[in-house]
Amino acid sequence: MIASFYSPDDLVALWISLKLAAVTVALLLLLCTPLAWWLATTRSRLRVIGEAMASLPLVLPPTVLGFYLLLFLGPYGWGGRLTHQLGLQPLSFSFGGLVVGSMLYSMPFVIQPLQGAFQAVGARALEVAATLRAAPWDRFFTVALPLARRGFITGSVLAFAHTLGEFGVVLMLGGNIPGRTQTASIVIFNHVEALDYSGAQRLSITLLVACFALLLIVYSANRRGAEAAAAA
Amino acid sequence: MSLALDIAWSRPDFQLQVECQFPGRGITALFGRSGSGKTTVLRCVAGLERVPRASVRFNGEVWQDQRRFVPTHQRPLGYVFQESSLFAHLDVHRNLEYGLHRVPAAQRRIGFDQAVQFMGVERLLTHRADQLSGGQRQRVAIARALLTSPQLLLMDEPLSSLDLASRAEILPHLERLHDELSIPIVYVSHEIGEVMRIADHIALLDAGRVHAFGSLHEMLTRPDLPLAHLEEAGSVFEGVIAEHDPQYHLSYVGIAAGRLAISLRAVPVGQRVRVRIDARDVSLALKPPEQTSITNILPGRVMDVTDDRDPAQRLVRIDVGGRPLLARITQRSVAQLAIAPGTALYAQVKSVALMD
Repeated sequence: MIASFYSPDDLVALWISLKLAAVTVALLLLLCTPLAWWLATTRSRLRVIGEAMASLPLVLPPTVLGFYLLLFLGPYGWGGRLTHQLGLQPLSFSFGGLVVGSMLYSMPFVIQPLQGAFQAVGARALEVAATLRAAPWDRFFTVALPLARRGFITGSVLAFAHTLGEFGVVLMLGGNIPGRTQTASIVIFNHVEALDYSGAQRLSITLLVACFALLLIVYSANRRGAEAAAAA
Repeated sequence: MSLALDIAWSRPDFQLQVECQFPGRGITALFGRSGSGKTTVLRCVAGLERVPRASVRFNGEVWQDQRRFVPTHQRPLGYVFQESSLFAHLDVHRNLEYGLHRVPAAQRRIGFDQAVQFMGVERLLTHRADQLSGGQRQRVAIARALLTSPQLLLMDEPLSSLDLASRAEILPHLERLHDELSIPIVYVSHEIGEVMRIADHIALLDAGRVHAFGSLHEMLTRPDLPLAHLEEAGSVFEGVIAEHDPQYHLSYVGIAAGRLAISLRAVPVGQRVRVRIDARDVSLALKPPEQTSITNILPGRVMDVTDDRDPAQRLVRIDVGGRPLLARITQRSVAQLAIAPGTALYAQVKSVALMD
């Protein structure tokens, strides 16, 4: 049934998109949690620079981001030389390169909800925990993280959906290699180029429905959270 | 046992200059207007505020000095915040256990059931914080602090965000805390009624300085301090319920100076109580009053006579049985009766309030 609806190439591309989004979100959560915590709690003047940099991918054309990443990760860039010295293949034109690109591209979608959630936890709850003998890491894991739960849900879902729909960075950085770096959004482009509108339609409707469903999850989770907060 | 503070902190908009030693037992009230620095002092003691060049010692242990700063979670104290501070992601039971589980078993002196019964929160254990009333939340917060078996309990206006009914619900628990668990408490307040009821000592804070420090009795009645000049100024006496008289519907409280009659109360004979006598409810007579409707008459000797805020009034401090009693009478009466320090007289007390 599924196999008859999608072509084998479509399925592989969908799988790569899903895998890319999942890996990106997992790595972003690890990377952005400490970063967002720092942004939420620091009084340093560096904070505004951090905030601006974390938001840069929101406004930068994906082609610009992809172009610089290509230079950086390619065989003659710093990143490329580093991977070469480590005995690895260059990250450009590979799945690994897509992950790096998607992480940068979707980072604001994780940082901003997390930073907001950590700020909403506030200093008081952590002070209370300190007076109840909880050490700093203990306070972070038993008070800050659970109270910021909604930020994690929002950030994960938004970044997942945003990575699913990524096009420009992937095209610049990963090319269009079927089975390796060809994601669903690229396949849609190829279908349209080849005037295969029904092929484009099948994948487009899939992404449309998937992204809408993910956003429904975010907004209903936020609404429940807001109601609980209003009752408290 | 004691808490020794030496804090000197100046910011452009605020100065704090506190050097004092609080007794390591009983309830010490930090009393002052808002903005006088009460909360900042309490936060320094807790280590929540890291003020440079401050020194905090508790029972000879250094919590902060030039070289050391013991972080809050390593200080054996409990802290009750002004507003509800329960963790929203945990139910009452797990809120209570949060501190308990972080204290080594060997250092636990207060058990879960004991604290729960003490604060009367048995029925709330499965509730979430947002299902509780303000008073219930604050009772849970106090029980939670007790469960860390603190050696010092810090309370930052724990009743100020509550309505009158909730305050009345919590105050008896605070008094028992003091009597039964013998944990020293530093209690920040700007409500003189609360302080009269529970405090043993008062530190008067004004514009970031400890203006005066002393026992409750002394501080309430010292004419050079603002407390004696408040509209609701008065004196407080400790006593014991001596006898009930159902026929006249009276209970008798024995204090050092004699016996005071109050309206019959369902308090067992032998129970220790605290009574309050407002300065405006005391009148003075040079001879033992006869044929008077006033039941409570205490013999005493005048300590001093001072001007009051109202030029028509004078504040008279009288030693009754070793405790100061404050009377607010007219300047005219002072002149007519020739009341001066050393005068022996009789204080007629129109109304005595049992504080429970």
